[in-house]
Amino acid sequence: MASIAQLQKQFIEYTTTLYSEGYLNDQFKQLQKLQDESDPNFLVGLVSVFLEDSEKLIKILETAFKQKTVDYEQVSLHVHRFKGGSSSIGAQRVTSVCVSFMNYCKEKNLDGCLWCLQQANHECILVRNKFEVLFRLEQQILKAGGSIPMME
Amino acid sequence: MGLKIHGHSHHGHHHHHHHHLVAVSLNEQQLGTKRKYRTYFPRTNQGKYLALWIITFGFAAIYVYRCIDEGHQERIEEGLVSMCDQRARMLQDQFSVSVNHVHALAVLVSTFYYYKNPSVIDQETFAEYTARTAFERPLLSGVAYAQRVMNSEREEFESQHGGTIRTMANKEPSPHRDEYAPVIFAQETVSYLNLLDMMSGEEDRENILRARSTGKAVLTSPFKLLGSHHLGVVLTIPVYKSKLPPNASVRDRIEATAGYLGGAFDVESLVENLLGQLAGNQEIVVKVYDVTNTSDPLIMYGRQTQDGDRSRTRVSKLDFGDPFRKHQMTCRYLHKAPISWTATTTASLGYVIVLLVGYMFYTGAIHIVQVEDDFDTMQQLKVRAEAADVAKSQFLATVSHEIRTPMNGILGMLALLLDTDLSSTQRDYAQTAQACGRALITLINEVLDRAKIEAGKLELEAVPFDLRSILDDVLSLFSEKSRNKGIELAVLVSDKVPQIVMGDPGRFRQVITNLVGNSVKFTEQGHIFVQVHLAEHSKAVLESKSDTCMNGRSDGQFKTLSGREAADDRNTWDKFKHLIADQEFPFTTSQNVTLMVSVEDTGIGIPLHAQELVFMPFMQADSSTSRHYGGTGIGLSISKCLVELMGGQINFISRPQIGSTFSFTCVLKRCEKNTITDPKRPNYDDLPTSFKGLKATVVDNKPVRAAVTRYHLKRLGVHVEVISNIGIAVSDSGGIPDSDSGSRPDMILVEKDVWLSNGNVLKSPKMILLATNITGMEFDKAKNAGFSDTLIMKPLRASMVAACLQQVLGTGKKVEQGKVMANGSVYLRGLLCGKKILVVDDNRVNRRVAAGALKKFGADVECADSGKSALDLLKLPHGFDACFMDIQMPEMDGFEATRRIRLMESQANDQQTNAGSMDGSTTKYHLPILAMTADVIHATFEECQKSGMDGYVSKPFQEENLYQAVAKFFESKPTTES
Repeated sequence: MASIAQLQKQFIEYTTTLYSEGYLNDQFKQLQKLQDESDPNFLVGLVSVFLEDSEKLIKILETAFKQKTVDYEQVSLHVHRFKGGSSSIGAQRVTSVCVSFMNYCKEKNLDGCLWCLQQANHECILVRNKFEVLFRLEQQILKAGGSIPMME
Repeated sequence: MGLKIHGHSHHGHHHHHHHHLVAVSLNEQQLGTKRKYRTYFPRTNQGKYLALWIITFGFAAIYVYRCIDEGHQERIEEGLVSMCDQRARMLQDQFSVSVNHVHALAVLVSTFYYYKNPSVIDQETFAEYTARTAFERPLLSGVAYAQRVMNSEREEFESQHGGTIRTMANKEPSPHRDEYAPVIFAQETVSYLNLLDMMSGEEDRENILRARSTGKAVLTSPFKLLGSHHLGVVLTIPVYKSKLPPNASVRDRIEATAGYLGGAFDVESLVENLLGQLAGNQEIVVKVYDVTNTSDPLIMYGRQTQDGDRSRTRVSKLDFGDPFRKHQMTCRYLHKAPISWTATTTASLGYVIVLLVGYMFYTGAIHIVQVEDDFDTMQQLKVRAEAADVAKSQFLATVSHEIRTPMNGILGMLALLLDTDLSSTQRDYAQTAQACGRALITLINEVLDRAKIEAGKLELEAVPFDLRSILDDVLSLFSEKSRNKGIELAVLVSDKVPQIVMGDPGRFRQVITNLVGNSVKFTEQGHIFVQVHLAEHSKAVLESKSDTCMNGRSDGQFKTLSGREAADDRNTWDKFKHLIADQEFPFTTSQNVTLMVSVEDTGIGIPLHAQELVFMPFMQADSSTSRHYGGTGIGLSISKCLVELMGGQINFISRPQIGSTFSFTCVLKRCEKNTITDPKRPNYDDLPTSFKGLKATVVDNKPVRAAVTRYHLKRLGVHVEVISNIGIAVSDSGGIPDSDSGSRPDMILVEKDVWLSNGNVLKSPKMILLATNITGMEFDKAKNAGFSDTLIMKPLRASMVAACLQQVLGTGKKVEQGKVMANGSVYLRGLLCGKKILVVDDNRVNRRVAAGALKKFGADVECADSGKSALDLLKLPHGFDACFMDIQMPEMDGFEATRRIRLMESQANDQQTNAGSMDGSTTKYHLPILAMTADVIHATFEECQKSGMDGYVSKPFQEENLYQAVAKFFESKPTTES
């Protein structure tokens, strides 16, 4: 078992890479701040909701693109939701994919859309893994009796 | 501030993207149709068409030439024909005349030689007769008569004539023949023929035989005559012994033949003479042929070598009376007929003209095609330029938007950071960062503003506002800076300007703020003076008094606000006193008020070379300026746009190292104060009225400054008297207490410099010191003099003056403790704590985030995942204090949901009033609804208002943002139920 200090250091480094590599942005920091003793599982719950929703949306989109005629309006509505969710959570890379996705939808560019969908799926999986690692670290720190360091 | 601007300056750039895209595609369509020109000429291969044209008209020219030339040739031909025929006829006539004479001789010989017996003619007679009648036969070299002598008669004949018959060839005695034809009579010219046998010559023999058998004059073929070199023919006519019947047979004729009369025709001389008599002899070549044998024409006249013009030949038949012989005359022109000049010139000139016309068309077509191509290119370039412009705007909008989002995050975080416990250094850093961030946001907003104005997307509001309070606000913005720099900053609004006007206060403020901000930035000492007058009044004053321009100088001081020289010397006291004079100015009753606003400073001025560029975006005087003073220089260009939108003009007068005066006009609408009942618009604050009727004395030696002070006091309803000397003031107030109590001032306001220079330490509770900046020493002095509480730091503002007066005069009423702008989460917590708030969003994540954020500030949050469920929750009565509504939701969007909520509310309100409210103060249902949107651009405030929303917050939720939105309505209606 690593020491609390080590864990905390690891946590900070990891979070920093998340920000610097653009997986997350300031929005997530703000969310982290919203979490306090009254609702300790706020972030975890939020992230899991986001990930669930994302999976659902991706499935919906996948089926939508399998149709003979793609209903771009419907698709862009879903993408919009996807974008809203991701920007709320601060999953920046997902958001940016969603933005280009929206643009392709506007152009009705099927190839672009499909590429974006693949990309979004990819980014979701990536960010999910990142979140998992982050929360595991958090859990470890809490279990060891330490406190989560705040990123400022 | 950044966030606030963010709120209103960004609606609708989404719209204009769209709009522009449509415009571009429209343009392209137009271009497509425009390319189909109506062509009346070939667009390609003009060269080929030109060649075709040249060739066609080449043939045409040749044809024309032929036509004209043909007539010409015909005339030449006709001339030849007539000449030739004339010559032939004359020749023939002459010839026949001669023949007739020979005939006559023949008759003579037969008559007098044969019918008379004995004969009456002998050689002598014949010779004499012929010699005397020779003029009748000019063509005959001579005539001779040969007798027919049979061989049997030869001897008798020879003896009778005393000589032998000789041959013609060698003049020897003739050998034995059947028949002879010796000459017995001969003209003297041919006497050598005597007794020569004519039948010994081949030609003559044939002639003789033919003549006697036909009984007519016959001719030999041409031969060289004896004794001359001329060609000639021999004419032979038979002489018969007896008269023959007309139908006598050949045999009879031969039997009856007695002899033959002959003569040699000198044809050459004949023709020569003849031609000599005729005009036009030089032009033609005449030849006479004997064509009895058609295959071998024998020439009778004419030199073989002389050919003349072979192209044109006329052949005329000649009839010399001998049916056996055929003669003809051929005539040719000596020289080739000259080419017809008319034909040549007509054809060639015509061709040249046609060529030129063709060339003109050719160049014209090429030119037109080129111009059209150029036009096309231009059109394309135009479209591209427009597209580029659109792209630029889009880019600007996108980039600014993209920057704004993280910037808002940064600012929000900084605000949060500043709420935490920080060391002073940390706080300083954070505050610096926040200030920088705000500056950046302001810049971005300015850029966006400009883009929006350029796109014509900026619409001005028309709401009533108080100009003076706006100016006070602007002043307060810069008061800190001006105080630090020690600049006198003042504002003065003419009395003639109405209290309340209709217009766009935000934009008006923006322009003033920009101008004043620039002035503050570039001014290190002196003053900045903002004046507002009615434009027509200002103009009238400036025009009428322009003669007294002395640059306002007196005693080494300029009569300006601070005594320093200003760029626009028209604005000095001499003019100014007329502007602020109380005299009535004839009001126009029109609906519009045109204001003239000027901002005068004594800063570094604008270099002359840069003055033209002042209103161009991103132009500062030079790069060193921007390094030194910062800023982008976009502000003035925006100001110019805004002023133009407000129907005015902006211009400036600037003198380097002296200062600049920017002035602009703007057209606002007149508005009666009592028509404004909208309390939600805090665009004018009501000043306390408790000072009405008080009297004040302002001690100031600078009239302009005094006027400013007077203006602010006047707004409070205080009557003001201005004096320049403190002594008078003191004597007025205290010295003679009961001279006239009515004129005693209730307070005395003294300018610091007057007070200091005077040195008169006068302690009076009613005295107030006015100062722009004050040093510590001066402050101590003032404190000692009792001014500690009664020191008003400039710039003056009516509200500030009011507060100070309250303190001095002690007019009860605690000064309203201002609105403590606890700009932070503490305040927000206070606002939201315990409030029940409904969050409507279809996105779970968003919902949770919003709820989390609101919960953090103590709010009691409930969520709804669709418009419908929100409606269910909001069935009246409900306990919600506010509702945050997502706009873009499936099925029922935020606007629709809000409309329905408002409908429900109004129905409930109606019922309430219908039911006859028990107590008049029943609260009307109106739930504050705030839109939540990620798309700040899309969510224009009007759109929100239209559907009945009260405001909007941008997603994702951020503290400062939230505070702005929530504070607005929780503050304005601080007494919600619960």
